[in-house]
Amino acid sequence: MFDFFASLPDTAMLSRMQFAFTISYHIIFPTITIGLSLYLAFMEGMWLKTQNLAYLQQVKFWMKPFAITFGMGVVSGVVLSYEFGTNFSQFSEIVGPVLAPLLAYEVLTAFFLEAGFLGIMLFGWNRVSPKIHFMATCTVALGTVMSSFWILAANSWMHTPAGYEIINGQFQVTSWLEVIFNPSFPYRLAHMLLATFLSASLLFAGVNAYYLLKGKYQEFAKIGFSTAMLAILILAPVQILVGDFHGLNVAHHQPVKLAAMEGLWETEKGAALRLFAIPDQKNETNHFEISIPKAASLLITHELDGEIPGLDQVEEKDRPQVAVVFFAFRIMLALGGLMLLLGLTGAVARYKKRLFDFKPLLYLSVVMIPAGVIATLAGWYVVEVGRQPWLVQGLVRTADVISPLPAETVAFTLGLFVVVYTSLFFTYLYFMRKLILKGPPSLDEVQASLINPLLDDNDDLPATLNPAQVDVGYGQELAELLKKDGLNKNNQQPENKGDK
Amino acid sequence: MDIALVYLLLIGFGILVYVLLDGFSLGVGILSPLLKNSDNKAIAMKSLSHIWDSNQTWLVFGGVVLFVAFPSVYAFVLSNLYIPIILMLVALIFRGIAFEFRFKSDRSQSFWDLSFSLGSIIATFCQGLILGALVGDMSSGKTLADPVDWWTPFSITTGFALLSGYGLLGACWLVRKTESSLQVVAKKLAQKLLFLMLAFFAVVSIWMLVDQPLIAERWLNFPNSLVLLPLPLLSLFFAIRLWGLLREKTEPGLKPLAYAAGLFMTAFGGLVAGVFPYIIPGRLTIWQAIAPDKTVYFTLVGILIFIPVIIGYNIYAYRTFSGKTSMKDGY
Repeated sequence: MFDFFASLPDTAMLSRMQFAFTISYHIIFPTITIGLSLYLAFMEGMWLKTQNLAYLQQVKFWMKPFAITFGMGVVSGVVLSYEFGTNFSQFSEIVGPVLAPLLAYEVLTAFFLEAGFLGIMLFGWNRVSPKIHFMATCTVALGTVMSSFWILAANSWMHTPAGYEIINGQFQVTSWLEVIFNPSFPYRLAHMLLATFLSASLLFAGVNAYYLLKGKYQEFAKIGFSTAMLAILILAPVQILVGDFHGLNVAHHQPVKLAAMEGLWETEKGAALRLFAIPDQKNETNHFEISIPKAASLLITHELDGEIPGLDQVEEKDRPQVAVVFFAFRIMLALGGLMLLLGLTGAVARYKKRLFDFKPLLYLSVVMIPAGVIATLAGWYVVEVGRQPWLVQGLVRTADVISPLPAETVAFTLGLFVVVYTSLFFTYLYFMRKLILKGPPSLDEVQASLINPLLDDNDDLPATLNPAQVDVGYGQELAELLKKDGLNKNNQQPENKGDK
Repeated sequence: MDIALVYLLLIGFGILVYVLLDGFSLGVGILSPLLKNSDNKAIAMKSLSHIWDSNQTWLVFGGVVLFVAFPSVYAFVLSNLYIPIILMLVALIFRGIAFEFRFKSDRSQSFWDLSFSLGSIIATFCQGLILGALVGDMSSGKTLADPVDWWTPFSITTGFALLSGYGLLGACWLVRKTESSLQVVAKKLAQKLLFLMLAFFAVVSIWMLVDQPLIAERWLNFPNSLVLLPLPLLSLFFAIRLWGLLREKTEPGLKPLAYAAGLFMTAFGGLVAGVFPYIIPGRLTIWQAIAPDKTVYFTLVGILIFIPVIIGYNIYAYRTFSGKTSMKDGY
């Protein structure tokens, strides 16, 4: 026991590890829910427009995975809003005047919005009119996007600070516009939003491909798979382009990070692109290097002999852990390439009319379910580890702003988070698997769910207190539609019945 | 008006709304083990499943407004009360996640019931510890650099006081949302908890008056005590009315919850009156801690625009789910 404590890393390292662990865990869930909420809004819009139950079936099925993923995001996110203060108290004190208002706006324009309308979205089907329900779904989607806007503004400011002055050691704002729209923000926002859309698309593609492979819920899976493959075909190349712009922005503002990403120890003209290497921080060199001559200079400076500053531009103590940045960057790039491949294969299969039965495509889709999330995490490691040892680039060192806590205390909470989060993550996967194996409700069940089961329960309330009676609920409206025989046609096709 | 005072009011408002809303949500979790059968527990949980998230968001709001307006206080309080805050956050994870998994599980329902109630109990107790540690620190005469002692007889007492208080709010919420036999159980629980809460609040109040010269001076000196007298009188009135309602056989609707909330408000008012203008009792006043102008005014605009909107759609959401909760609720 004594030895264990003696060998503990210091508080600064433990606090960094805890923050990295808790934020990595958290980001998995918004990465999925942002794209998923937009898909739900899209499908519900299609249902309202066409009255085709197949679209509502999509909404009803994906709402459950959305709900548990969203719940995981909420509970793990609350931790983060307090962790600045618990583990980085000095940081909160000196940078709070710049960053805290951005977080406050996130709470005001996103958290409350999501939370307020999520209840109606999940539980309000038979209590509000279809239009209001659709509005609630759209509002939740809007909330998730707003949330990423503010949180990425705050994060980007830490990479490319702007619009501030330092008075008595405390940061003060000179221009809010410059703080929010700081130089790296537009690129980071676009890159991250595309990453979430891609991650959600890969989830749809994989789950639906699984159904297609198993020969289950064919009609349901075709809608989702077709939509997802189209989304990947468009999003993957756009993401690669945006990523390139983002990289150029890094080269301009954070040359040390770029040097770490490229594994470039010395400033070079006509630098080679290192495809693989094992960076050696101690000896400031790479081992087992495989590279393409001059390619890095071409990519970054758009000239064959362009100069790229290496890690030698700063002292050793101002460099990040090169290996982490280097490998994370390559993992992200490789997965991005695979996504492009998947999108293109899908396009070819569609052209050959084999989109739903080309086995290699379906297997690749299943395997790539977590690819979006892993690429996103890898990208964040590039960004965040690449900024070290700074917390605010060039201005605030991480090690200088740590809360004065005993190392054992932080070790205890880090251990607690590891145990709790790991077991919850497996629980989450278990329930996701369970929901996916259970499959979508059949069209008959979807239709039955529209007949309002809750109306009679509320009869004893005065109408003014009971929105279910004030607004026309799904049930009543549907009953009228059924009288007109509008829905029965869509419903009679036997292949639409889901599970066979 | 003085901007520091405006923010003190805003934070006070945020904390109060949080305590009342998440108070009853956590309260239901605290009482859940006493509801005996699984159906009752399910109904109790279902009565919250659409609102626990927005209720909990007020905690984030309170934290972040504190961060905006008084960054040094945010930094000091959070790093000093590290353990109870982290434990509270972890407990809230177990509480929150139970809502999602309870109704998708077949074999593990009782585990999620336990996760819901234990999470609620630990989170509440930690909040009580935090409150007790901050208020109890007043008389210590320590400087800002000294650590806060959060595990003391006083803070443990406030921990139990908050458990009984949130329990009462939770019971009153169940009275509103349930029917027949479960409602009878909720009413009986509420009666017991009312006494428990009054006893705890009396102990805590007397303890503070004896132990805290600053609070004693504020409360017991002549003109002050006359001005503050309505607060205890009002609590007495709320307690008597609440007792009466809980004894009646008729449907009391929202009234018990309103009176229980009233009790909380008077207690909160009494505490603020005793501590003002300190933001960390005994150590730092609001004027010493306020953030730069650019920061506080920029955020104030957002708060003034969005808080009324937020309250508006939250009321709409509550109304959408008004009425008694039934087993059919869900998705």
